[in-house]
Amino acid sequence: MTQKGHLAFLLPLASCAGAQTPLAPAGDQAAGQYSLLLLMLWVCGILYMLVLGFLAMGLWRLRRGAPAGNEPTLETPSDAVLGKTLWIWAAIIVVGLLLLAGASFLLERRLAAAEAREALLVRVSGHQWWWRIAYRDPRNGSWIETANELHLPVGTTARIELGSADVIHSFWVPNVAGKMDVIPGRANAIDVTPRRIGWFRGQCAEFCGLQHAKMAFDVKVETPAQFAGWLALQARPAPAPEDAAALRGMEIVTRGACAMCHSVRGTSARGRPGPDLTHVASRRMIAAGTLAMNRGNLQGWIAQPQALKPGTLMLPVTLEPRDANAVAQYLGQLK
Amino acid sequence: MTATAAGPGDSRAAQLRQTWRDPPGLWGFLTTVDHKRIAARYIVTTLFLLFLAGMLAMDMRLQLSAPGLHRMDPQLYNESFSLHGSTMLFLVSVPVMEAMALWLVPLMLGQRNMAFPRLAAFSYWLYLGGVLMLWLPHAVNITPDLGWFEYPPLSGPAYSPGHRADIWAQMITFTEVAALAASVNVAMTILKLRPPGMTLAKMPLFLWAMLVASLMTIFALPAVMLATSMLIADRLVSTHFFSPSGGGDALLFQHLFWFFGHPEVYIIFVPAVGFVSAIVETFARRPIFGYAAMVLSVLAIGILAFGLWVHHMFAVGLPRLGNDFYTAASMTIALPAGIQIFCWIATIWGGRPRLATPMLWVIGFIITFVIGGLSGVMTASAPLDLQLTDTYFIVAHFHYVLVGGAIFPLLGAFCYWYPKATGRLMSEKLGTLAFALIVGGFNLGFFPMHILGLWGMPRRVYTYPAGMGWGTLNLVATIGSAVAVVGGLVFVANALWSFWYGRRVGADPWGGPTLEWAARSPPPPHNFDLVLCVDSLTPLWKKELTAFDGLALDRREMLVTTVMEAEPIYRQNSVGPSIWPLMSALAVTLLFVGSIFTPWALVWGAVPVAIALTFWFWPTRARASTGPLGRRR
Repeated sequence: MTQKGHLAFLLPLASCAGAQTPLAPAGDQAAGQYSLLLLMLWVCGILYMLVLGFLAMGLWRLRRGAPAGNEPTLETPSDAVLGKTLWIWAAIIVVGLLLLAGASFLLERRLAAAEAREALLVRVSGHQWWWRIAYRDPRNGSWIETANELHLPVGTTARIELGSADVIHSFWVPNVAGKMDVIPGRANAIDVTPRRIGWFRGQCAEFCGLQHAKMAFDVKVETPAQFAGWLALQARPAPAPEDAAALRGMEIVTRGACAMCHSVRGTSARGRPGPDLTHVASRRMIAAGTLAMNRGNLQGWIAQPQALKPGTLMLPVTLEPRDANAVAQYLGQLK
Repeated sequence: MTATAAGPGDSRAAQLRQTWRDPPGLWGFLTTVDHKRIAARYIVTTLFLLFLAGMLAMDMRLQLSAPGLHRMDPQLYNESFSLHGSTMLFLVSVPVMEAMALWLVPLMLGQRNMAFPRLAAFSYWLYLGGVLMLWLPHAVNITPDLGWFEYPPLSGPAYSPGHRADIWAQMITFTEVAALAASVNVAMTILKLRPPGMTLAKMPLFLWAMLVASLMTIFALPAVMLATSMLIADRLVSTHFFSPSGGGDALLFQHLFWFFGHPEVYIIFVPAVGFVSAIVETFARRPIFGYAAMVLSVLAIGILAFGLWVHHMFAVGLPRLGNDFYTAASMTIALPAGIQIFCWIATIWGGRPRLATPMLWVIGFIITFVIGGLSGVMTASAPLDLQLTDTYFIVAHFHYVLVGGAIFPLLGAFCYWYPKATGRLMSEKLGTLAFALIVGGFNLGFFPMHILGLWGMPRRVYTYPAGMGWGTLNLVATIGSAVAVVGGLVFVANALWSFWYGRRVGADPWGGPTLEWAARSPPPPHNFDLVLCVDSLTPLWKKELTAFDGLALDRREMLVTTVMEAEPIYRQNSVGPSIWPLMSALAVTLLFVGSIFTPWALVWGAVPVAIALTFWFWPTRARASTGPLGRRR
């Protein structure tokens, strides 16, 4: 398919928001879907123009003189020609549909064929309202957990196994591939083959309750070497606190309410309900794509989660200003 | 023609009027079984709800008009879209089509009432119960907040405590029982009460459309009632139909829901096919082109509609080969729909079209609906749908289909039959203005949503971050919606103004071809003084209309004919006004409302229902001694 030629007319549409759109494909799956979309637009556009043209010409006949009174016409000589045209029209529709259905089947086959090239396994599970993400440690095969930020090596087909901890969600990174629902009690998976390096954005696409709108995640497609480095970093336990304030922060996190829900590997914080914080500062965003990662947002999020993301299951923790500062200091060092 | 139908003598008409009229005052209001009065209150209720749902939509559009707004919190937004969707699908679109059928079918058949007059009254009262079931709790802030689909496990007991989800599920039961009752009534009326000579092959397309839509309703609706009843059982008595941890399956709900949900779209669209056909025929001043092709298309849609529900579930991870089957089935439906579009345009082409507001709506319908149909072909492709589903592309698609494909023809039908119902024409000037505002505003408001969807904006989000680049088009969409709402207000103002000040017209202001135009405007309680005979698709376009006498004047009688050939077989007593449909609806309401609190309501609630039904069906006349219903000796 001559994709570049078509690309030109949709490019202004795509340029506006590049990180979360099927119009700027950065993976094999999304590229196939984009080509099919263009074919669809052409075929459907032509059919629509035919309908409009026929309607316009039919109405144009109004101009050929006012109706003779209000008397209905019971004899309609033009019907023989129109009857033949109906067959032609039906044939055009059938050909168009066969073309589109055929292209659709071929794309479906291509999507299915990616299964044979799977070279990386990632587990993603949807939670109200964040994403748990787990990779195999290449050294010992154990699972390494992170949250809300998916890293993928470019040019590698990754199998993403989808599980839900609560209700139905839908995993969607439009630039790389289509969506796949995350359904409790079902083992769904989706293959993604990213081809372009960069940051992309994914978002939950199935209504999952109060904060469905703020259940996004970042996707970083990087070179295999960068990916291996990142994975090695994630596999390490949390770094030790660098200063006294951070040390105080670590004590509050591990002995206080935080550890009920969060894990920081290498410390005694082993809570499971919430996102793993071992390398939280290495991520670009916090609160499932809601806030940029920086010291101010971190401290604000700890103090007032309900104000920033009303309904979030993260409980507000009342801390003295000095302690809140210490916690943010500590978490900010968890690179 | 009008003179024939008006009958030979005024005294005769007066006697019929006396026989068929309702008791005066409030008692008459509560007991009426006049299909026109029931349909009118149905239509007024749906239009009022359409207004409320439109206000909810405007509220949501304002919230989305710029990124990161705080005028609505997520709870309020979720309640709003749930209420908007549930109201539009269950309380407006389907009931309004049934209401139009209740009003039109007997008139178009030259009949005096529906086959089951009290069932029609019961339908309305129960539907009203469903309306109150959803909107009274809203007034006290117990609004369902999980969309118009309420997928478990989100709607299950673990994630939705309280009664919000129950209220939604039981509202479904209300409206679906009402819709089933109305559909049985419409189908029976069309099959058994056709005028002599109106064989199936000479039945106007509107009646074909309503027959098919009614049969579809009868087959589709039990699925959703089953699904919501199972959901209530999960919530109330801890069954595990849909909870994976208890061995249930969350997808079972989706299958049942969409087995209803997809035919639902066509249950809404097929009556619109009937409206458009009737309007095109009258205003093109010629019989519809390709009658047989149109009938076959409607039947094909009615059958195919049951074979493509899975296209709502392409992203749930079903086997790919199965998905491909549903892709093919879904695309196939474009063929009958495309043939219908062709036949309408060909009718315009081959006739001498006259433009008036009903015809304008048909043109607006074609221009808008075809876009919705074509975007439907796009989403029918399983692999492409993985990008499109649950985005604003889908929001755009189904609004183009439902508003463009059903609401526009409905508004056209409203203008078209308004003089029949009121005896006055609607203002053409205001009508044209409303048309321009609504069609223009709608397209301005909803076309950008296709692009927003392709830019990655998911559905059902109460806000979005500024960096996504969705702000401008959302603002355009909000402005367009506001224009359309203003147009809607102009439309209502026109209807109200014309009710008192519109130009008075006689029985047949447009020169329509079908029997309803032979009745007086507005029709008297008995509709027609005589029994009309039909020998073509456009009986009123003949020089003469045959009519005969023979039904009783002093009691309510109707002529029953055979299903295929419409040959007269017997006269049937038609029941008169009764309070018991209302009482039965109240008893059923008690049972339904009670059953979201305790399962015992099903047991004790059945007692008042049984009492009310017993009085409803209490025999009031001696059995026939002759004819097919006569006692065997």
